[in-house]
Amino acid sequence: MSHLLEIQNLQVTFGGLDALSGLNFHVDEGEIVSVIGPNGAGKTTFFNTITGLVEPTGGDILFQGDSVLGLEPNEVTSLGIARTFQNVRLFPNMTILENVMVAQHCRTSQNVFGALFQTKAFKKEEEEIRQRAEEILGFFGSRLVGYRLDQAAFMLSYANRRRLEIARAMATQPRLMLLDEPVAGMNPSETAELTELIGRLRSEWGFTIVIIEHDMAVVKNVSDRVVVLDHGVPIASGSYEEVSTDPDVIEAYLGRPVESHS
Amino acid sequence: MRKGEKVAATVEGKSKRRTPLVDRFLFVVKVLLIGLVTIGFLAFIAQQISPDNWFAKWRNPGATGLSGDQIKGLVISGLSQGVFYGLIALGYSMVYGVLGFINFAHGEVFMVSAYTGYIAANKFAANGMWESNFALCLLIVLLLSVMVSTVTAVLTERIAYRPLRNSPRLIPLITSIGVSFVLQNAVLGIFGPGTQGYPQLPEWLAKQRSILTFEISGIKILVFLVTIVSMTGLWYLVERTKTGKAMRAVAEDKEIASLMGINVNRIIVTTFAVGGAMAGVAGVMFGLLFRAVNPMTGFLPGIKAFTAAVVGGIGNLGGAMSGGLALGSAESIAPQLILEPLGVPGVTQLKDAVAFTVLVMVLLFKPSGLFGERLSQEDRA
Amino acid sequence: MTALPSSLLLDWKRIFKWGSICAAALLFVSLVGMPIKLDPKSIISPLLSLGYVSLLWLPLIFGYVASSRVVLEGVETRKPGLPDLLTGVLTGTIGGAGLTLLMLGIENFDIRDPLINWSPQLLEVLAFGARDLNSAVWIGIGGALGLVGAGLHLIPENLRRGASYGFFTVLALAIFEPALDDMSEGFRLEWLVELIFEKRGGLKLWPAIILALLIGLISVVTKGKAKNAVAQYREQEKSQKKKTSVVLFGIVAALGIVLPIFMGTYVNSLLANVGIFLLLALGLNIVVGLAGILDLGYVAFFAVGAYTTAVLTSELSPFFAPGMTWVLSLVFVIILAALTGLFIGAPVIRMRGDYLAIVTLGFGEIIRLLFLSDFLKPYFGGAQGILGVPGIDLGVVYISGTDTRGIFYLVLFFCAIAVYVSWRLQASRLGRSWMAIREDEQVAEAMGINTVNSKLMAFVVGAVLASFAGAIMAARVGSVFPNSFMILISIVILVVVIVGGMGSIPGVFVGAFVLIGVLGGPKQPGLLQEFGSLKLLVYGMLLVYMMLQKPEGLVPSARRTQELHQEEFLQDAWLKGTDDEDEEQTAAGEEAQI
Repeated sequence: MSHLLEIQNLQVTFGGLDALSGLNFHVDEGEIVSVIGPNGAGKTTFFNTITGLVEPTGGDILFQGDSVLGLEPNEVTSLGIARTFQNVRLFPNMTILENVMVAQHCRTSQNVFGALFQTKAFKKEEEEIRQRAEEILGFFGSRLVGYRLDQAAFMLSYANRRRLEIARAMATQPRLMLLDEPVAGMNPSETAELTELIGRLRSEWGFTIVIIEHDMAVVKNVSDRVVVLDHGVPIASGSYEEVSTDPDVIEAYLGRPVESHS
Repeated sequence: MRKGEKVAATVEGKSKRRTPLVDRFLFVVKVLLIGLVTIGFLAFIAQQISPDNWFAKWRNPGATGLSGDQIKGLVISGLSQGVFYGLIALGYSMVYGVLGFINFAHGEVFMVSAYTGYIAANKFAANGMWESNFALCLLIVLLLSVMVSTVTAVLTERIAYRPLRNSPRLIPLITSIGVSFVLQNAVLGIFGPGTQGYPQLPEWLAKQRSILTFEISGIKILVFLVTIVSMTGLWYLVERTKTGKAMRAVAEDKEIASLMGINVNRIIVTTFAVGGAMAGVAGVMFGLLFRAVNPMTGFLPGIKAFTAAVVGGIGNLGGAMSGGLALGSAESIAPQLILEPLGVPGVTQLKDAVAFTVLVMVLLFKPSGLFGERLSQEDRA
Repeated sequence: MTALPSSLLLDWKRIFKWGSICAAALLFVSLVGMPIKLDPKSIISPLLSLGYVSLLWLPLIFGYVASSRVVLEGVETRKPGLPDLLTGVLTGTIGGAGLTLLMLGIENFDIRDPLINWSPQLLEVLAFGARDLNSAVWIGIGGALGLVGAGLHLIPENLRRGASYGFFTVLALAIFEPALDDMSEGFRLEWLVELIFEKRGGLKLWPAIILALLIGLISVVTKGKAKNAVAQYREQEKSQKKKTSVVLFGIVAALGIVLPIFMGTYVNSLLANVGIFLLLALGLNIVVGLAGILDLGYVAFFAVGAYTTAVLTSELSPFFAPGMTWVLSLVFVIILAALTGLFIGAPVIRMRGDYLAIVTLGFGEIIRLLFLSDFLKPYFGGAQGILGVPGIDLGVVYISGTDTRGIFYLVLFFCAIAVYVSWRLQASRLGRSWMAIREDEQVAEAMGINTVNSKLMAFVVGAVLASFAGAIMAARVGSVFPNSFMILISIVILVVVIVGGMGSIPGVFVGAFVLIGVLGGPKQPGLLQEFGSLKLLVYGMLLVYMMLQKPEGLVPSARRTQELHQEEFLQDAWLKGTDDEDEEQTAAGEEAQI
């Protein structure tokens, strides 16, 4: 049985520093896997390598059995991998609706001629794009709908921006979603709500999800599996309970207890 | 299985990557460019060996090849042109390194200095001092022009660029285009559209000398000497003084530099001033060497100087001067060395095209320039 | 604390600063030659010429600026009063003193070499034509104008607006005089023109005063109703807005079609010039305004269009002269322009924005140099260019190059195409991808957009539109010369797009009409042909001024204004309550916390 995403011996070296070394990782269809680890462990680099923003110095990344090494980021997205950014990077001056509409670029095909001659196919596709965008935004309740659709993205509150990030990722119609610290900076109620939403992303929309997170409550509530990275190397993998009691993991976060001198 | 084996096997799988049409097209362009240059050069070599060579005659039946003196002459003129590009390029490089935009108006700063030089020199010529006391006149003219160009550069920063410090990057560039226009046309309006001439150089300066079998006029020697002195001064400033260190810090990261207690505004003004001074030196020397200035004098050299800065590696001062020398030489040599053997008529017309072609080639083959860029993180695209 | 007589203490530093800047500005304007060059253009005959206006507005403006105070919300500031008037007077005085010194200088020293305008002519203008005017008069004039400028603060807002409207109306009428003169024949309104204008040029005194007062009064009475109308338009629902836009466009189009019938050759020729630049600007607007690519070599596509037409249609084309009709050659023009767009675009597409600008500039120059060169002379005629380009044979009608009305209609037609293309592409998948690339190229790639292809499309669309302009120009002039395609043209078009409003179609229209129509194109005179080569100076100053003060342009697109004034928009939303507050913690949230 092949995994949806398989990382083999991934090696990323930046001028003498090993950001990732010997990373083996896999995700099966329908799973939600969390990647945790102290700061600087290489988690975002990991995402960057998968999506093609960073070129690994060794190893392979297989998506649906085929290697995605060396592909341009937009090619990776069209293959079915979507991601959100840690420091929310929306298109600030485009409206909310436009942000989600433009994310469907690789799933649509109309070009200059369709737009100029207003062909039936063009109009149909535009309508579909718009409807799909509204549907996706509706996933987040009443926050990102109605008059908000035509507001510029820079006017959104922080939590709504994070939600819009996820909406955009959804709009690329991926099979695999990579969420980079989706609840960072949110207050407890927003966090709780988003945790639930992540679950629904899998159950209602069928996405496979890999999350980078620091908030352990979220990790505990949402993950099927947890992988721990430290200094670019995986040091533990398993269920939340297994991983949270693993002595190597505790040492990575807290350090080794001082030997007591009696 | 050992780790090494698995890695080798999978990295090869990279060739599955699709090559977009654009990349294939660019590949063809690169091959064509290299091909043309190589064939032209080889034909030139053939010409030199024997003008009746079939290879030499193939594209250019009238090929005669160049004599050793002619080649040396080309080299000298190329280097003396390149020196100007280099001096002006310093300003472009420094401003780009610190503020991250192309100061289009820098070429005009050079032109303003050339004009100041022309006015001052002619005044001295009118009352006879130019003839009698040339060295003193030269010194005064130089100082005056450098002062004017420095003030111009600082003023443009203060008026047009400082308010735009936090704007998206293209806005200062567009503004600098406007400033360039204003300077060009202000000079045009105030001093008239005609080409103005510098007074005659004293005989002892203008005459040809022979150094190491190279025939070179005294004024060109002066140009080289002044450039070397200026570059030394610049090097000393940037590498050995506190201000220079601050300049390098601001070029790396403005925010952190200000947190370290550096007055970033003052450093930026200094950067503009130093760049303006270098361009000022270039302006006077240019005027003395070529003896003619008009309001458009700064435009083309300005663009070529920027090309030189990119060729050498933007933000990199040594690179700027090297790029300038390289570009000047290329401009001088390429028409004779590459285009003429290829049978292209009227090659000197295309001299300007050479500079732009060099820019395109550098950006295609090695965008960070010959010696590498020195930019802050935020300015790297 | 009681109001101290310190309210009479003046900010001497400020006065001195603005006064010296005013003096420097006056000196600059004088030495650049504006008073001399613009004196022939009469505004109110025989009193006021444009040359004097170019001097007199400075102390007025600086008096106004010097006495401006920043009014902070919630901080008490004293009402404008005597200290401000004094500030204005003193500022103007210092400025005027600069001119006094200049006059004294010209009388006593001769530095005409190198300053070509340091001349008796300048002295004559500054002395108001009188032979022995005491130059100190300028100190008084400066002071008086500074006083008026400062006084503008004291009069209520609507009177101020009325005054400026009145003044600008007179100025506009004077500027448009040649056009009005021309048009009056068509409309049989010569009597009106004779009533208002002097034969030699300029308005008559009393009509000028009457019209100024009239317009001023109207503007005071209507009091911002126009602004309300615009605001209302902006707030309309999307579909309603679309209908209004279509109606407005229809009106403009109707005017564009009907008016030329009544207008003479002068105006039609002017409009044809404006139209060609408008077409170029609309094309560049797509590249710069929509896709965010700063193409400084845009003139290359203009050249390709013109030369293709020339080669294909002219009998005198060296080497290859198929002698096609203009319409047929247009097909090839489109193909070659698109190919050129691809060839120029491909190498630059991955470069940084500013590098791209310089490289495209370089390409523009390379193409011009190639057309100029002896190398390609057998094909393109070198410096002599290609002559004998015939007019445009449309089957039913033949538009010769000298038929200015016909040319104008043709240009209008292509401008309509350009507007249509911009409009349709904006609201399409391609247009959205351009917006995304302009916002954040890296993220656009992550969203699945092939940025290379998208940007190349922008190049191609822009190239084709520019080539249309080139084709028309070739037929109009009847020949093509390489020196018609200098970098200057690219930059002038850029100024038009930016001053008008990047990305905004109405803005581009306004920019083209105002700049090319009034000041003139790079080689073509506009309404104010007196400017001569000084028009480029004005272009430069306008560009710098707009970038510093109003980068979104004169008639900005709503989107661009938002982009460049994000802070203000956020504040407005906060005031209106439509902003996005982070939600309160709900009871459920608190439970989850536990």
